[in-house]
Amino acid sequence: MEDTNIDSGNKNSRIAAKELTLSMGPQHPATHGVLRLVLDLDGETIVKCTPYVGYLHRGVEKLAENRNYMQVLPLTDRLDYISSMSNNLGYCVAVEKLFGIEVPERTEYIRTIVGEMSRIANHLLWLATHALDVGAMTVFLYCFREREAILDLFERLCGARLTVTYPRIGGLKNDVDSKWLQDVYAFTTEFPMRIEQYETLINKNRIWLQRTKGIGVISAQEAINWGMSGPALRGSGVPYDVRKVTRYGVYDKVKWEVCVGKNGDVYDRYRVRMDEFRQSNNIIRQCIDQIPEGPIMADAPKYTLPAKDKVLTDMEHLIHHFVLITKGPQTAPEGELYVATEVPKGELGFFFVSDGTGKPYRMRVRSPSFVHVSALPTLCEGELIADIIANIGSIDIVLGECDR
Amino acid sequence: MIIPGTELVEVAEGTKIVPGGNTIITTVDKLVNWSRKSSIWPMTFGLACCAIEMMACGSSHYDFDRFGVVFRASPRQADVIILAGTITKKMAPVIRRVYDQMPEPRYVIAMGSCACSGGIFNTYAVVQGGDTFLPVDVYVPGCPPRPEALFQGIMKLQEKIEKEYFRWSPWR
Repeated sequence: MEDTNIDSGNKNSRIAAKELTLSMGPQHPATHGVLRLVLDLDGETIVKCTPYVGYLHRGVEKLAENRNYMQVLPLTDRLDYISSMSNNLGYCVAVEKLFGIEVPERTEYIRTIVGEMSRIANHLLWLATHALDVGAMTVFLYCFREREAILDLFERLCGARLTVTYPRIGGLKNDVDSKWLQDVYAFTTEFPMRIEQYETLINKNRIWLQRTKGIGVISAQEAINWGMSGPALRGSGVPYDVRKVTRYGVYDKVKWEVCVGKNGDVYDRYRVRMDEFRQSNNIIRQCIDQIPEGPIMADAPKYTLPAKDKVLTDMEHLIHHFVLITKGPQTAPEGELYVATEVPKGELGFFFVSDGTGKPYRMRVRSPSFVHVSALPTLCEGELIADIIANIGSIDIVLGECDR
Repeated sequence: MIIPGTELVEVAEGTKIVPGGNTIITTVDKLVNWSRKSSIWPMTFGLACCAIEMMACGSSHYDFDRFGVVFRASPRQADVIILAGTITKKMAPVIRRVYDQMPEPRYVIAMGSCACSGGIFNTYAVVQGGDTFLPVDVYVPGCPPRPEALFQGIMKLQEKIEKEYFRWSPWR
């Protein structure tokens, strides 16, 4: 018997290698939730990566079909629970467009402020966990310090830390007071110094650079083809930001820039988010400087709750209040509508099919995380198994939004 | 070294010391339960929204470590599994398997409305409460519960462990 596989003088022959299939997750501390990846490995190289989603499928879209438009709002908190304020905003902006409601200017300003605060909070948590996965423990502790400051401000604003449900269709739950705005301003004064602290820790850290530079490279064309959005797309050098493209909030009244990377690797996506910290910080400051006085709820009695003092004195408003609370909005314009907003993770779109009743006939959520998970194999195939951790972190997924 | 004629002094209920003897006399139950409750190691296992609050508990602001609570990534090294979030029907078998991998004694904390009872997600995909397939020790309601609430859940579990009787020998 002759063993032909093992080297018999010929230098080109190899020992027959067998691929190893490794199931990563759903219980894995670095998958940011309950993502499961099946990896085919050749040594340490990933030959094939197959994501399996659905471990957090809660049926949000189905639930929405049985609720009226006002009742769907708390469900959107639990889609992307890291930045629930942005998700509420996205939903409210979409429904307002469906109903044809114009929001007062003060509301637009407050929404922009809380939306950007939520972006900072999200990127802080992203940086904390991403750095922890890659191996930097201190960043985790630093980032959570500032995140708690933002969550405390949210709590003072609406009573909840995480699942806020602060915006309402046509307005906001309550107005902000000047003390709160002052404290937000104080936070934004201090925050740029904190960003520098994080950068001191990892920006030029040799381990960090080796783990992130040139890892998970995706070209601009490929990123567009996969439908990526947000910082993951901008890291590849595509200056696409929904805040610039469509009109919502007061992003057209403040000065800010779209942050883009160049190489499309993990490091550039990290840089884009670090720059977004500063941009968001600037947006908040400008908004607080410019914020006008005025009402916070739109005047659309069929869809928005009337002011409490009017409810107690005026018959008409009392009736509207009663109907909205007990039954919800009774009618909606018929048709189909897709509205996208820029949440911290990318483009969050709500697609409604309305049949004229007070409940959505179909609500579809276009979540950035789902798209990014589907692009994950492209990012990590052909690379080492250790790099998959950096790759998962860099696309910033949250499974509640991905599986819905 | 016990000096003949000295009286034992009771310093806590069921715990006595010998004055000047550098000796503590207590039951094995008390000793085991005390050490067990002082180092509850939960597993790093986030399911959904509540996991973010669980992370906030572990971070600098709230600091779980002062309770002796240190997160472990492996079920083999963990004492308690915190069901932090919605349990879907697809996820439930995985949780059960992870729970089965944990060594005895093991405890379960259901964190949040979803893990307690299904919460607002009364749908085709969601398990209506972690107690349908796991023996839950402590329920922490809230959507999500504040970190302080999870602290209280841990303290309730500590109280529960303190009261355990004879849960230390292989021939019990």
